[in-house]
Order: sequence, then C-alpha cells, then structure tokens
Amino acid sequence: MAAPFDVNDNSVVVIIGTGAGGGTLANELAQKGISVVALEAGGRHLPQDYLNNEWPSFSQLAWTDMRTTSGDWRVAKDFPNLPAWIVKAVGGSTVHWAGASLRLQEHEFRARTEYGDLDGANLLDWPVTLKDLEPYYDKAEDKMGVTRTNGIPGLPGNNNFKVMKAGADKLGYKNCHTGRMAINSEPRDGRPACQQLGFCFQGCKMGAKWSTAYTEIPKGELTGNLEVRENAHVLKINHDNNGKVSGVVYQDLEGNQFEQKARVVCVAGNSIESPRILLNSASSLFSDGLANSSGQVGRNYMRHMTGSVYAAFDKPVNMYRGTTMAGIITDESVNNPDRGFVGGYEMETLSIGVPFMAAFLNPGAWGREFSAAMDTYQNMAGMWLVGEDMPQESNGITLSDEKDQFDMPAANVHFDDHPNDVAMRNHAYQQGMALYDSVGATQTYPTPPYPSTHNLGTLRMSRDAKDGVVNGFGQSHDIDNLFVSDGSQFTTGGAENPTLTIVSLAIRQADYIEKQMNERTI
Amino acid sequence: MKPDSTPDSVITFTQRKSELHKLTRRQLLKRSVAIGGSMVVGGGFVAASSATWALEVQSGEPSMMATLVQMARDIYPHDQFGDELYVAAVKGHDEKAAADAPFKQFLEEGVGTLNTLAQDQGYKHYLNVGWEAERTAILKSIEDSEFFQTIRGGLVVGLYNQEAVWDLLGYEGSSFEKGGYLERGFDDIQWV
Ligand SMILES: Cc1cc2nc3c(=O)[nH]c(=O)nc-3n(C[C@H](O)[C@H](O)[C@H](O)COP(=O)(O)OP(=O)(O)OC[C@H]3O[C@@H](n4cnc5c(N)ncnc54)[C@H](O)[C@@H]3O)c2cc1C
Ligand code: SF4
Repeated sequence: MAAPFDVNDNSVVVIIGTGAGGGTLANELAQKGISVVALEAGGRHLPQDYLNNEWPSFSQLAWTDMRTTSGDWRVAKDFPNLPAWIVKAVGGSTVHWAGASLRLQEHEFRARTEYGDLDGANLLDWPVTLKDLEPYYDKAEDKMGVTRTNGIPGLPGNNNFKVMKAGADKLGYKNCHTGRMAINSEPRDGRPACQQLGFCFQGCKMGAKWSTAYTEIPKGELTGNLEVRENAHVLKINHDNNGKVSGVVYQDLEGNQFEQKARVVCVAGNSIESPRILLNSASSLFSDGLANSSGQVGRNYMRHMTGSVYAAFDKPVNMYRGTTMAGIITDESVNNPDRGFVGGYEMETLSIGVPFMAAFLNPGAWGREFSAAMDTYQNMAGMWLVGEDMPQESNGITLSDEKDQFDMPAANVHFDDHPNDVAMRNHAYQQGMALYDSVGATQTYPTPPYPSTHNLGTLRMSRDAKDGVVNGFGQSHDIDNLFVSDGSQFTTGGAENPTLTIVSLAIRQADYIEKQMNERTI
Repeated sequence: MKPDSTPDSVITFTQRKSELHKLTRRQLLKRSVAIGGSMVVGGGFVAASSATWALEVQSGEPSMMATLVQMARDIYPHDQFGDELYVAAVKGHDEKAAADAPFKQFLEEGVGTLNTLAQDQGYKHYLNVGWEAERTAILKSIEDSEFFQTIRGGLVVGLYNQEAVWDLLGYEGSSFEKGGYLERGFDDIQWV
C-alpha cells in the first residue's frame, strides 16, 4: 500500500522523530519497500525558510517545550529550562548541526575494557565493534557526502581555521585540517557547494550541508512508502496483551488525539524525549515504563565533555565568516591516561554571532570584564572542545513534576560532572588557551559548556539485558518489535561528534528490521 | 531609538509639564553633567543632554527609566555605545510596566532599592553616584535579587540583539542575501 496510510493500518513501521536517526531510518526502510509512518512533533522548515539570525532562527527551530534540570552542571543554574539545544522540526537536530562527521575509534567501542573500572562510572563495552560498523560508516559517509572521504575534497579553511592551524603548528600538533564535514565542498547529490555563509547552526540556506530535512525525508517520500506526519506529538506507545507494542498515540496542533497502529515502533526522539516517551508509556504490565526491565531507561545520560575557548587578538579575525566548524585537531583524541584522565577529546573551530556570544560566553557575568570581552568580538577566534564523558547511572532523564502543554510530565535532565570529565575539560582548556597564546592572543576566555547538543546514552545498547535497554541492533531486550533508533543507543560517547555514528547505526538497523520482518520474527 | 519630537521641543515640553523637575534647559544640561550621565529627566520624558534621543516614558515616573538606562550601562558598559542603544534595550520594561501594575511596582521597588543604597553612600539617587565602580558596588550587593536578574537577563538579548550593536562590535550578520562570505573575506586575514 502507498502513503498516506490509515491510522488503523497495523502493517506499518512507525518511527517517532525525523532527525539523524529517525529520518535516516525512514528513508532506508522506504527504499526497501517497507511502509513507514514517521511522526514528527515539529513542522517542516526548508532552506528557503531558514534565517541568518540567531535568536529568530532559534525561535523558529529549537525545542522550547517545558523541560527541567537538576545536578551540579552550570546549565541547571544558567538555563534551568533549556538543558539541551535540540531542533523540533522535520529533520530534527540535523537542521542545526554543524556537519562534523567522525567515526568512533576502535578502542572507544570497548570503553570498559580499555579504561577499566572507574569509580562512579557505569562503563560498558558496546555490543558492536568498529569492524561491525565499518561497512555502514562507508555507506553513511557516501550518503552524507562527507569531505575527505569518497574522494570529496576538504572545505577551504576560513579565518578561524587559519588561526587554529597556526597555533596547532606552533604547539606541534600533527593532525589539523578542515575536518570531515557533511557539507558539500563541491556540488553533489543535487545540492550546491558551500558559499561560506557562516550560519550552519541556523539551518543551511544553501542546502550544502546534509540534513535529513531535505535529503533523506524527500527521498523516502518519493518512493511512496513513507508518510511524514508533521506536528504530530507522540504522547505514548501502546502494547497488546502479549506485551508487543501495537500503536502510538499522538496529538495534533488542534489537540486531537490519534492512535496510529503499528507492526514495529522505532523511537528516535533524541536522548531526552525517547526515554521520556518510554517512561510515559508505563502500564499495568510494564509499571516502570516500556523496555525497562533493566531499570536503565533514562539512565547513563551523556552530553560529551564540552567547553569552548575564545581568544582575542590585536587584529581582526572575523571568525563568524564561513563554515562554523570546518577545522579540527585530532591529536588529543587518543586515550592517554598520563594526562590525568581516560578517553580523549577533539578540538574543533567554532564561532557564534554576537547575540549568542552575549548569552553563552560566560552566562550570568556582567560588568566591565564581560563587556570588554564582547568588545573584542571582531578580533576573536574560537574553538569547541568535545570529548568523551563518563556514563553515570545517576545522570539521566526522569519525569518531572512540571507538565508540558499536553499536560504530560516534562523531562527532568539531571547531570553531575564526573571527576574524569572535569580533569579532561581542564586539560582541554589549558591546551586551547596555550594554542591561542602561541599565536599572540591578548586574552583567552575559557567558556563553559552550552546547553547540550550531543545528547546520548539514555537507552543504551548492551550485550546483557540486565545492563542496558537495547541489543546491538537497537532492538529492545524486552519487546521484540520496539526499537531505539537515535543517539540514546550509545553505550558510551567516544570523543567524536555523534551524528555519523547515529546515521550508520540507522542504516544497519534498517537491514536488520527488514530481515526480521521477512523472517516474521517481528 | 528615534526621538518622538525635536529635541528642543522635548525639553520645552519637559519644562512645561514637570512639577518635580522645574528646570531650565541650561539647568537640565547642568544637572545631567552633575550626575555624570548623559540624560536629563523630565515629566513624561527621558532625553539626552546631547539632545540626540528622547524616550516618552509610558509607565510613569521618568526618573525610573533614567535609572534603568544608567543601570543597563553599568551592567554592560560599552563606552562606544550611545545611550539610545541602552534605552532601546530597557524600553520593553517600560512598555510592560505600562500594562502590568505589579510589574511596574516591581521595577519601582527595585529602583527604590538602588536609590536607598545610593543614599547610604551619601548620594541623593543612584543617578548621582559619581564613579562607575561605586555604582557597580551597589549593583553587586543586589546581584542575586530578582530585580537585578530581570534587568540583566533582559539586556542579554535586548542590548546585544540590536543590529546597531553588531555594527559597533564588528559583526556583519546575515550573509545569504549577499552571497555568503565566499567572495567577501572568509579567509582574508594575512597576519597569521
Ligand atoms: C547547534 C548544533 C550543532 C551540532 N553539530 C554537530 C556536528 O557538527 N556533528 C555531529 O555529529 N553532531 C552535531 N550536533 C548533534 C546532532 O545534531 C545530534 O547528535 C543528532 O541530530 C541527534 O540525532 P537524533 O536522531 O538522536 O535526534 P534529533 O536529530 O534531535 O531528532 C529528534 C527528533 O524527534 C522529534 N521528537 C522528539 N520527541 C517527539 C515526540 N514526542 N513526538 C514526535 N517527535 C518527537 C524531534 O522534534 C526531532 O525532530 C549538533 C547539534 C546542535 C544542536
Ligand atoms: S557555511 Fe556552508 S554549510 Fe554553513 S550555512 Fe553556509 S553554505 Fe551552509
């Protein structure tokens, strides 16, 4: 049967969310001839709608429904209702994302073995190895048009990169280049080359950057096998008497509720909403929420060790001109415990405009020190530090006492830094500041983590059903026809930006779902 | 911020209407110098002594808005920013106060606190406090108050989201309609 599908059609695969994971999976399944209904809480915004203006773009795209926070992270104090920076729109956070596309390293799939038993860390090896994932990384890089793979040239370096590169050379770093970016350096896949607009975070108006919003989704729709239902906010997942999931309840903008019947349900609402949906779906059969026999639903939340260093120089940099994140140093991403922490981190160019700089440089700060820093804006260079943070059982998503506009308990996001995270961040700050000092910085500004952009681990993969929520294919240990298809699956975070891995896992999961459906095991 | 009428008539108007500040233009200018700020305060208006801008206060006592403007500058002091940028940044509070009596009271109480703290230091009002460091010390003492946080929080967007501010800080903003920065200096620095 071709799209659109009837709500009572129980032969369809229902996917919740159309971001990196859900959007990719939707297209992959549709290409295989499988009927898919994708339910997306947000609306559809395409390149012509995107705004080269930070706050209006944020209002257009970002998830601003009620969320609450707790824990010792600074975000809980500075942005108590904005724990994360996530998109609510068709395409999910791939509308905002910067395009950095890195593979996890081999040892990062074996974090528990490699790093040992760290106090307070709930480390585990992935049930998947790099070798398992390599063919899918290949496919994902080709699909997304990642530079420096498949013969695609790197992007040209902008001013911000030039400063980074000069500093990297001075510090003796060996691996510094303009990144592996899912941004066209030349026309490809019907999309043009990057024009160096400098608004990658606001949605790429050129369409040069890969986003499921205008690649995977329309390709899937073209097959006739995919129906994307916009402004369809999922409230809960229903199950039958046998404990199999059977349908998904959602609400439209007018407040009407529907249940879309389903043969298979795939949750891909990002690492905050996905566990919230499972917890909200508690029933008499599953009193702790769906797929939660391990008690791990919502736990082990990771957000990457992050931080930024901005630096002022005596001459203009104009860092905001051009690609936001096309610059990387990978030398620190190795695991070298001699530095005082396990795991590693990446250093990546980053720039934000004046409006966001005012909000994020040092939230809450005021007075002449702060405004003097803002006065150096034109002469600033900037980098983002992103590394592996430790999964901790107590970090995670629970149902809050606050309700959202649907009268559903909002997600509370609890996060405390692990000592390893703090040690790594301090090391990264020192290296970032030393780098800029080496090229003549007159001031450096170690900037605290922003609301989380990399939300991971809350429905993690595990070999053993007691340690996690899903198996190596993202299939629930408890419920065969329930899958997790987004960043929530990550067993550990690695040092790398997660999206390439999310996309690779989704492609692999599509093969698995097809096989299981053919074998009628689901 | 566009003046609602020509600067001179604003000040004339101020003189005519004001019961509290019956001052000649010269006195107004003198007074503004005396308080170290660039504003003169009159019935219904806050205006620049330089006569470059004026704001018709909607919510009541103009000295309250004048104090908020000074407070805004003290929170995020940029000496190259004209007062009109700070006026624009706090104008929303005035508009809100005009429609929302509890909010107006909240602002009045906050400004009242600032004035009381200034009096403790031997000044008549917050606006009379001579050095920025002295005003900053007053602000520091109420830093955790809801009043301070409301004003500061509003400024983050209210001040820095103005295109005139971007110009002054050297941020060029939207680029799509200009073809991006590919041909406009994305890699033009030569000094590294
Ligand atoms: C500013 C920014 C820059 C980034 N840069 C990079 C980068 O350079 N490289 C990188 O690898 N990653 C980057 N990321 C992270 C990347 O965007 C995410 O890791 C990735 O998109 C996550 O994929 P996901 O499928 O888990 O969730 P998302 O892509 O966030 O998709 C989740 C979708 O589910 C929908 N949804 C949620 N709840 C419901 C519900 N109840 N009902 C219906 N729909 C729902 C949401 O609206 C959303 O569309 C960046 C993120 C941000 C914000
Ligand atoms: S810099 Fe390139 S990728 Fe970023 S928004 Fe512009 S065209 Fe798109």
